[in-house]
Amino acid sequence: MQMVDLAVIGAGPAGMTAATMAAGAGLSVVVLDEQPAPGGQIYRAVASGGTARADILGKDYVEGAVLVQGLLASTARHERGAVVWDIAPLDEGFEITFSQESGPSRVAARRLVLATGALERPIPVPGWTLPGVMTAGAGQILLKASGVVAGSAVLAGSGPLLYLLAIQMSRAGAPPLAIVETQSWRDQLRATPRVLGALRGWRTLFKGFGLLAELRGHAIRRITGARNLAIIGTGRAEGLQFTTKGRTQQISCDTVLLHQGVVPNTQASRALGLEHDWHHGQRAFVPRTDIWGESTHRGIFVIGDGAGIAGAKAAVPAGELAALQIAHQAGALDKATRDKKAGAPRKRLEAERSLRPFLEAAYPVAAQVLAPADTTMVCRCEEVTAGEVRKWAALGCKGPNQTKAFGRVGMGPCQGRYCGLTVTEILARSHDMPHSAVGSYRIRMPLKPVTLGELALLEPTDAAE
Amino acid sequence: MNSAFRDLTPAQQLVPVTLDGDELMLPDGANLAAALLAYGVGVFRGTPVSGAPRAPYCMMGACFDCLIELHGVTRQACMTQVQAGLVITKPKGRDHADG
Ligand SMILES: Cc1cc2nc3c(=O)[nH]c(=O)nc-3n(C[C@H](O)[C@H](O)[C@H](O)COP(=O)(O)OP(=O)(O)OC[C@H]3O[C@@H](n4cnc5c(N)ncnc54)[C@H](O)[C@@H]3O)c2cc1C
Ligand code: FES
Repeated sequence: MQMVDLAVIGAGPAGMTAATMAAGAGLSVVVLDEQPAPGGQIYRAVASGGTARADILGKDYVEGAVLVQGLLASTARHERGAVVWDIAPLDEGFEITFSQESGPSRVAARRLVLATGALERPIPVPGWTLPGVMTAGAGQILLKASGVVAGSAVLAGSGPLLYLLAIQMSRAGAPPLAIVETQSWRDQLRATPRVLGALRGWRTLFKGFGLLAELRGHAIRRITGARNLAIIGTGRAEGLQFTTKGRTQQISCDTVLLHQGVVPNTQASRALGLEHDWHHGQRAFVPRTDIWGESTHRGIFVIGDGAGIAGAKAAVPAGELAALQIAHQAGALDKATRDKKAGAPRKRLEAERSLRPFLEAAYPVAAQVLAPADTTMVCRCEEVTAGEVRKWAALGCKGPNQTKAFGRVGMGPCQGRYCGLTVTEILARSHDMPHSAVGSYRIRMPLKPVTLGELALLEPTDAAE
Repeated sequence: MNSAFRDLTPAQQLVPVTLDGDELMLPDGANLAAALLAYGVGVFRGTPVSGAPRAPYCMMGACFDCLIELHGVTRQACMTQVQAGLVITKPKGRDHADG
């Protein structure tokens, strides 16, 4: 098997930057991403959508094309549609197994960058499993990758992505019927003192205000301080119900797009056994990394939103820092040059990160999402309710891994991606224990289900040779 | 079929596929989940646990609610591209399982 200097998993802004720069420093690099084209979540399909779609998605989106061109012009090898499902540490380096349309393959690499981005936070509200309910991110992916837009939609939850999506849908000629937001004026008030700390990230902050101004121009109905969100409908979504100022209201629609911010996608970092810490502001676990992005396992770097949510503008400098350190470790860059080049990206990264405490306070996770009602489904795959998890907690079940033994929660195909954080929140409350002590699901390879046919196609590993 | 979604770029090359035996025309190379939604397919499968109806939720390969069968093999529709001749079946879930 061929051994490269660096394998990068994920071709979003973080992974593209790290790969392009490491290749520029003379390293052999392979980039693996399950999407048909580089770009990641924010710049999904940026190179193929055409100009009409670019007008809808906006200037920030089009900026991603520069990163994509940089990657494609570099010597890094980009594998399209490559789903990584196994990563195994070798004596030296790592062996990565991935599947493409043509079948499974393996590659070995001396060092590894995990740039697997973010996932939508689980949003367990009544009716969230009904057809017609999707994440806001999903609504945006339909628009970016396929030019498909929901015709009669309500956006619900909280976070700037709702505003961006509402604007993009409006430009596409299909404005949402309403934005129903869970944060209240009290949250905004609580966030105000943090604006000062956020000023270092003023460029991004100003863009946010610009977004709000454009949103007002589209005159979309906005409701804030909404509680008790519930999707109503039999067999599919027929509307959204919520309470404001003590009154219950309903809006009829075909599609409900939910959002409660995004959280790091830690499937790969968990499966590799890296150390993670509970991040109270983000209400999520984040892998522990040093200033270069190197994890607690030597040679594995975690960068971008997968290392803690900081956005696309932070993902780029994080990719630069990782590439500098990797080039240095590989002997392609001396220490003095590395340190000199690290100054600028470190500043940009800090500026972007300084925005987060403000955003976290202004758009907190809704109480009903952190502590769902007993009858609300938390595990979509195995159809387990919050009440069942609480019952197991009362029976003495202390940690998320034990809940699996009680009732298969987290054991479906999504491997806990859309219930893991909820189960941690519920157990932390039930036992009055810190989240870090409750912990999270143990994740095992494969990261995605593999068919027997795929396994059969794989050559035995080189270890046997 | 009446769809909850609008396709902004309808002038595309269409190819035939079958869904539960019925022939339909979908845009060649399009994302299969998006194409089915735009065509008006509202429900993709029934769950194995209760037979409850499900449809795409995340569109990014993470939730597994878009599972369909392609030539008998279970696949994520949101991670699949349309090709001429696809034979698609909706998993019927528990209530309809054989035996
Ligand atoms: C659905 C969604 C939409 C978003 N839209 C916006 C937006 O419009 N504007 C904005 O500012 N921010 C948006 N964000 C936030 C976004 O996470 C960041 O801004 C930015 O994309 C982070 O960059 P990244 O490089 O860290 O990760 P990403 O851009 O998320 O890239 C990660 C890549 O890793 C790949 N990947 C993950 N696991 C595997 C695997 N096992 N095998 C192979 N490939 C894998 C994914 O396919 C993806 O391409 C969105 C987030 C989500 C989840
Ligand atoms: S819609 Fe979530 S995996 Fe396809």
